This record gives sequence, structure tokens and C-alpha cells, in this order.
Amino acid sequence: MKPTPKQRIWMYEMMLKSRLFDDAVFEAYWEGKKPVFHMGKGPLPGEMHQSFGQEPTAVGVLAHLGPDDAVGAGHRPHHVAIARGVNLKRMAAELFGKKTGLSGGRGGHMHLYDNGVNFFCSGIIAEGMGPGAGIALARKMQKKPGIAVAYNGDGAVNQGAFHEVMNMAALWKLPFVCVIEDNKYAVSVTTEESTVVPAWQRAAAYNCPGEYVKGNDPDLIFAAAARAVQHARDGKGPAILEIETERLHGHFIGDSAGYRSKEEVAGQKDPIPLYRKRLLDEKVLSSADMESLEARVKQEVAEAIQFGRDSEYPAPNEALERVFA
Amino acid sequence: MAQQAPSTGGSARTLTMARAGREAVIAEMRKDPNIFVIGEDVAKLGGVFGTTVGMAEEFGAHRVIDTPISETGFIGIATGAAMAGMRPIVEIAFVDFIGVCFNAIFNFAAKTHYMSGGQFKVPMTMMIGYGGGYNDAAQHSQCLIGTLAHVPGIRIVTPADAHDAKGLMHSCLRDDNLTIWMVHKAIWGLGWLGTAIKTAMATVPEEEYTIPFGKARIWREGTDVTLVGYGITVHHALQAAEKLAADGVSAEVLDLRTIVPMDREAIMKSVTKTGRVVVADEDYMNCGVTAEVLATIAERNPRVLKAPAVRVANPDIPVPFSRPMENFALPDADKIVAAAKATLKS
Repeated sequence: MKPTPKQRIWMYEMMLKSRLFDDAVFEAYWEGKKPVFHMGKGPLPGEMHQSFGQEPTAVGVLAHLGPDDAVGAGHRPHHVAIARGVNLKRMAAELFGKKTGLSGGRGGHMHLYDNGVNFFCSGIIAEGMGPGAGIALARKMQKKPGIAVAYNGDGAVNQGAFHEVMNMAALWKLPFVCVIEDNKYAVSVTTEESTVVPAWQRAAAYNCPGEYVKGNDPDLIFAAAARAVQHARDGKGPAILEIETERLHGHFIGDSAGYRSKEEVAGQKDPIPLYRKRLLDEKVLSSADMESLEARVKQEVAEAIQFGRDSEYPAPNEALERVFA
Repeated sequence: MAQQAPSTGGSARTLTMARAGREAVIAEMRKDPNIFVIGEDVAKLGGVFGTTVGMAEEFGAHRVIDTPISETGFIGIATGAAMAGMRPIVEIAFVDFIGVCFNAIFNFAAKTHYMSGGQFKVPMTMMIGYGGGYNDAAQHSQCLIGTLAHVPGIRIVTPADAHDAKGLMHSCLRDDNLTIWMVHKAIWGLGWLGTAIKTAMATVPEEEYTIPFGKARIWREGTDVTLVGYGITVHHALQAAEKLAADGVSAEVLDLRTIVPMDREAIMKSVTKTGRVVVADEDYMNCGVTAEVLATIAERNPRVLKAPAVRVANPDIPVPFSRPMENFALPDADKIVAAAKATLKS
């Protein structure tokens, strides 16, 4: 299945929004952290795992989802959250730890939740698997439409949760898609160093479809995701979709990724300019329309970041609220 | 091991804790199609401890789900289902097994409501068995209630008799939080642990009722010393109180009933009256429930104590297998009597 022009424009827009958001976050992150780097200083404190290079994995899959579906992301969630339509202003405010944030500042960048679009996160590796499959189980038990998609990195496939949940999802034929973003690194450990049999091949162990998409290309990911999503929607059980992608930066801001060779880094391709060029070459968008789209996204991101900056901090003792429902 | 499903006729009956808890689950499942049971051996076997006998027959395999031995996986799945509108009951027969799935409990299920700013609720109840006394050794005899109670976001109830087992189960199943309903194996009324302890069986009304979280229960009033316990140690304390009475000592027995939240007012009220306190717990002593009870007194008003408090708890050793060594580790009535007498010396 090929994406329509409208879907391709949407994919570009979401990738660009994620990229501009990460650019702005990167810039703001360094405020207050120079000359001495302290992760807890500045307006954007804490670990910050950004999505530079991984934007295609989100848009190619989420283009197929509707409001009944649910999405779980991991510790590197910005591109997935944005493609899912998480409220950008409240997401930015959450990163700034503000009262107006998605969780009122209780979560931060690794714990983004937006119930309005059935989106959740977990900062623990492979922990989206169980809750993702659980939402799928709820849809099935309540005879409601909708599937669940859980995003994991290549490093997550060696957690017990990955295997346990895939086995049960397949046993119970849950409408669940397990997406593996193979950015080739689990922090500093390469996929080759950590994994004997990749996730998509392990699908055979769960008697479910498994596919590997090369090239970090939104159009190819879209086509493969169409198959995985349809399989889940048809009530045939889960599917594993492993996607080759690129982590253009370190594991988090501050990780210089000295464990990667210069040649390797030089060979990395940024998927966004490539896709932009393709859309222009194939006349999916005119230059004028492209510029207008980019100006609009730039404005939206700037407003979201400003909203996060300008919002009030929560009162300290608001920390006591929401432990229990 | 299989037991009969609870009767549906008659008024108040004397039930074991197993049957009383099961009665509450069945009643709630009949009313709410979103409640389902998931865990190991819950369908065909009816639960290792008889918690779900008869339920698969009544509600079907889709609502009483036997799982593979994958605690991390099915607790995660139950949590997701709870976030999406279901109300799962998860059975973990032995609390010791939380060792393989603690992450799913404390990093996700317990924190999701908070981390999402209240957007996602996790109305999930775990049924967990705990405790030793039958030579099952260090990996099947623990309590680990202090371990669970240390994590914010979990309500923990520990009924000591059938009446409370039913009422607290109703409370858990109607709550919108992660709740853990924990019963000591020796008081549950299991077929394979001898005769049920009489004080753990109780008259249980046919109708539904709830018991509030954070409300302790005075089992026996007294004036000389307060014996604080929960679960099985309530029964040890009741025996101890009998023995103390024979020696002219009037002991009050306070059952915490719910560990999180803890009824600190009830502790202070009783200790203010008696001036002496023994806290009994089968769980590990270090940083445990006994310490929390005494911290309450220390913070609120240590001057109510006329004598140093005494704790009777596991002396921070893995539960040993051999009978004399296991008995050394476990609390019992005689140890509580000795502790009470120690408080009365000063």
C-alpha cells in the first residue's frame, strides 16, 4: 500500500514538527548548563532522549491509526507523541515541568500521557509491551474497535517482558502491533553485540508476522505498517514490525557517542531533507506550499515552546496530589 | 485442594476466609462485566489457594484467564486493560513471586495515575498469599508486605478473618486504584494446611458490605498493654492476650487491617490508654511495618509510652526450612507474651 499525497504531506509535516520541536528543546536544554554541565539545571532539567533521525518510524505507522487505537512509547517518545497528535503545548509544558503540562509536571519528557489520544509512555525498557497488549485485550473483551501499538527500541527485545507479552498476545490473538525501532544502539551497545536473532525473525516463535523495513524511509515504513496494522485489525493476532532507523545524536543530550566511529557517523543520513526533496521532486507539494507548511509548523512549535516557558510552575505541595485516584 | 463454591442461600454463615473473599469477587463480577480474573491456575484449578473455585464455570474462560508463567507480562497486560476501562483481578499465589515482576507493579501500575497527572486510572486488585509456618522455606514463606507498603500508589489490605476478607475485597474491587488484598496462607482456610484457625473463620453476612481503608479494628479491649498486629499475628495476639489475662494482665488487641493507609489515630488512641505496646509481624523487622507503627508513636507523642516498645518480627533472616529454625523466625503467642511482660517490667 502506497501513501496518498495527503498522507505523505501529513508524514512530512509530523516529522518536521518533531524535528523542530527537538531543535528548540535542544537549544533550551543547554540554558543554565554551561560552562559546567549539570543535568538538573536550567529550564529543561533531567535526562533528555531526543528523536533526531527516528521520525520516520512514528509517521509511517501512526498514519494508519485512528482515534480508537492506542499508542505506547518508550523513553524516547517525542516523535511518536507528536505523530499521535498529543497536545503540543501541554507536552512542551510538561518538559518544562509546568502546571499546564500533560501531567502537571509529574511526568516529564519520559512519561508523557495524553488520555485524549490514548497515548502513554514508560521510561523502563520494554515496559510498554504489557500495557499496550493490555489495552488491546480490553478492546477485545469490550468488543470495541481499535488496536494498540507499542514502540520499543532494539535493546528492548532482550527484556523478559518482550517475550512474555508477545507469547500471550499471540496465544490470545490480541490486536497488537509491536514496533521495534532499530536505531542500532542500546545506549552504547550495538544490536550485533546484544542480539543473536532479531525481533522480526523471532516472530516465528510466536507464530505471527514479522517484517524488517530497511532504509528509514517513511513510504516504505508506511507500506509495511499497513500489513501489520491490518493483520491486527483483522483479529489475527499481533505482528512485529522492526524498522531500521538512525539515532543522529547520542543516547541523551550530553552523550557525545564517542563509542561510534567517525566513518559511521559520517555515513548517517538525515531522513527529513531526503523526504522533503522527494515530495518536491515528485510534485506532491509545490515549493510555495512547502514553504507555507514549514512556516505554519515553525510557528506552532514556537508557540508551544513559548507556552511551556511562560507557564507557571506547580506549587511544591501539588506533589502530594494524584498519588491515588 | 478444590473447594465448593459459596452457597447463595441463607443469611449469615460461618465461612473460611477463602470462601468469604471468593463470595465478594463473584458478587462484583456478576454486577460488572468489566471485572475479570487473570493469573496462573485460576481457571481449571480454581486458584492455588482456592480463590477462584467455580468462577470459570460461571463466567467463562474469557473472564477467568489462565496465563502462562509470565508474571511480568500478565501484570503489565492487566495494567493496560485497567487503563482502558477494565477492572482486572490479578492473582499471584505466593507473594515471593513479586521478585520476577516487581517492576511491572511498582514502576508502572502503581505510578501511572500519578505520572499521568490523574489522566489514567489503574483500577486493579491483586490477590496475594503470604506467610510461612509450613516448612516451605525462604522462597515460598515470605510476607514482603513492608516491601510493597514502601512503594507509593498501592493500597494494601490484610484481613485477619472471613468477615474482613469479604468486606475488604468489596472495597478493593470498587476502588479506582491499585489495591492488594493479601491473606496469610495459614488463616485462609486451605484444605492442605490443617484445620482452619477458629478465630479466622467468622460469621459473614450474605449481603454485600465494604470496610473502609485505613480503619483498624480492636479485637479485644484491654488497659495494660496494646498488642498491634495484622493478619496472622492478630490470632497470635489473641492467644497471647488469653495467657496474659490468666496472669492478671489486660491486653488490648489492635488489628491494623489495612497497612496502606494505616490507621495511626487508632494506634495512638490505644497506646495512649495502655501506655505500653508490642508490635507483632511475621514480616522482616528491618524498615518494616513494625517500625512504621513505632515511628507513628515517636512522631505523634512518644510520652504516651510508660515503657520501651517491643517488636516481635522476623529477625531479618531468610525463612529457614527446618522446623525448629523456622519456628525461631516466626512470631507466636509465647513470644508476644514475653514481649508484653518485658514492657510491664519498666
